[in-house]
Amino acid sequence: MSSNTLTAAEASGPHKPAAGFEGDRQDNTVGGAVRGYLNKLRAGDLGALPAILGIIVLGIFFTVLRPDTFLTPLNLSNLLVQATPIIVLAMGLVFVLLLGEIDLSAGVISGVCSAVLAQLLVQVGVSWPIAVLAAIATGAVIGVFTGTLVGIIGIPSFVVTLALFLGFQGVTLRIIGQGGTVPVREPVIRALANENVPVTLGWVLAAVVAVAYAAFELWRWRSLKSRGLAHQPLALVVARVVLIAAVVFGVTAILSVDRALAAAIDLAGIPYAVPLVVVLLLVATFVLARTAFGRHVYAVGGNAEAARRAGINVTRIRVAAFMISSSLAAISGILATSRLSSVTPDAGAGNTLLYAVGAAVIGGTSLFGGRGKARDAVLGGLVIAIINNGLGLLGVAAYLNFIITGGVLLLAASVDALARRRAATARR
Amino acid sequence: MSAPVESTTPPALERPTLSLRGVNKSFGAVQVLHDVHLDVYPGKVTALVGDNGAGKSTLIKSIAGIHPIDSGTVEFEGKPVQLNGPRDAARLGIEVVYQDLALADNLDVVQNMFLGRERKQGIVLDEASMEEAARDTLAKLSVRTLKSVRQLVSSLSGGQRQTVAIAKAVLWESKLVILDEPTAALGVAQTRQVLDLVRRLADTGHAVVFITHNMVDVFEVADRVAALYLGRVAADVPISDVDRTQIIELITSGRSGELGLAPDALED
Repeated sequence: MSSNTLTAAEASGPHKPAAGFEGDRQDNTVGGAVRGYLNKLRAGDLGALPAILGIIVLGIFFTVLRPDTFLTPLNLSNLLVQATPIIVLAMGLVFVLLLGEIDLSAGVISGVCSAVLAQLLVQVGVSWPIAVLAAIATGAVIGVFTGTLVGIIGIPSFVVTLALFLGFQGVTLRIIGQGGTVPVREPVIRALANENVPVTLGWVLAAVVAVAYAAFELWRWRSLKSRGLAHQPLALVVARVVLIAAVVFGVTAILSVDRALAAAIDLAGIPYAVPLVVVLLLVATFVLARTAFGRHVYAVGGNAEAARRAGINVTRIRVAAFMISSSLAAISGILATSRLSSVTPDAGAGNTLLYAVGAAVIGGTSLFGGRGKARDAVLGGLVIAIINNGLGLLGVAAYLNFIITGGVLLLAASVDALARRRAATARR
Repeated sequence: MSAPVESTTPPALERPTLSLRGVNKSFGAVQVLHDVHLDVYPGKVTALVGDNGAGKSTLIKSIAGIHPIDSGTVEFEGKPVQLNGPRDAARLGIEVVYQDLALADNLDVVQNMFLGRERKQGIVLDEASMEEAARDTLAKLSVRTLKSVRQLVSSLSGGQRQTVAIAKAVLWESKLVILDEPTAALGVAQTRQVLDLVRRLADTGHAVVFITHNMVDVFEVADRVAALYLGRVAADVPISDVDRTQIIELITSGRSGELGLAPDALED
């Protein structure tokens, strides 16, 4: 390649930002970052804003209506445990939604997997690790099956998973047996949702998470800055680190209070399910944001034809996304089993899936594909759990609970659709 | 950057980057390309003109390896080559920027430029090195119109998108860049930007094939012009040898005075 004409740009050195990328330098100031964020909002990318506002507004709403029950450590720990199966199911759905597909059978797949888990533990009498692995493997196999029908045969995912939604309810019914409920008393499985991390260990874990997050963010900021690459202003990075640390320590503090109703019992610490969700969140975020696979998931969701021409195996990505979704559905099923200490023939049916889709969409994942994050499942899952928990405390009739939750999902989907339209017009 | 042998000899007119001789291509009973001769030189912009259906698309798709040719020879940098698939073309350093650009709106400029060919450290994406390489490439092309390389493509204008698509093609040490109507559907200022970019592509030593319907664009940037008429190359000449009227005659009738196809060639 001849380079006799590359004068000005070359002379400025290979690693200095080239002239013309004013935005990269502007964004390094807090003002620039705020302007950038406002521009993003105006262009229709609301990100986590609706979910965070939802958590705050709903929190205030239920605290005002039920001041002596909603904001107690006992109820908050309950709320978190209720949220975990929804969050994990939604986290799996994020992968499928990112491709612009849908998995309507994710809920009942969690039911099938928990039925497999329960029968292996109770009927066959295997140890819990084998039962857990078998349940997750069942989910993975089902996911590959779904992904094959969608990605290779080419049936719309809506139809495939609608058919499976019906079919797998039959499978669960067959495994559990009509009318029966299989009680699961295995101590480790039960402990997930019903036992707590010792208080001291909880604080240590919280400190490790907060310090590791701070160290990683600051290291990244320094290395980007030293190489002259696009980076956020330090103040913003510090603010985010402080916010995350405050949330982590705040939740730990609340859950470390003895919340037992009877004075004789000691009930304190973080439920085991919570650190499990944190680990899943970290892994899913890593996969989506830092690996080539994650990048390709976004690319397929954004423009499948561009991804194909770039040499990405689109079919493989589709199958993998469904496999991840169903595997996480299995873990969600295990958490639900732990919470209820049993598996019913209708496990995972009813509104399980609706809650999870709602959680992902409220969190900011688009139903049109290409936009979303693993953390959306956590934020949206908390919103759904707060609604559910709060309405329960208010003693609202079941019919109203359905209507309100359905309404919230519609609202989130409308925000998503409007944001998309806004983004389309903002480009012109 | 490339082999030392090449750096000692300045990009010369003598050796074309790509040379087609007697290329034929049929789809079933329809012969689309007849005995095509075409030379594309490094550091030069070759405008490929022709009416709709003249075979421009088929020709570039043959060069890109998407439609392998039926007969004839293709030489790349003086060596005979077989182009039986897009990968063959990419390996030689042939990059095509199609009209629909194939960019993912939800990814940023750097992510799009490296799509499918991401740099990694272990299993982790090496974002820093990709961003540096993207910046370097854009700087070499003197791209001044992007605010940030971390901007989402959805926020870019048509001209900026075209710029990103072209920069993406250049990133891969490409030697021949084929642009399919890059200025169609662009406004005046954006057309200007893209034409400047096409010029700089050639100035940085690339051989450029530039498909267009716009005569103004042709005289603006092209060094050579190749006119296709009903699947035949009517002329493949330096731009200084022809004027606007002649090019239009070549496009519409295959002949213009002394230039063009012999009358008997147009019979069948």
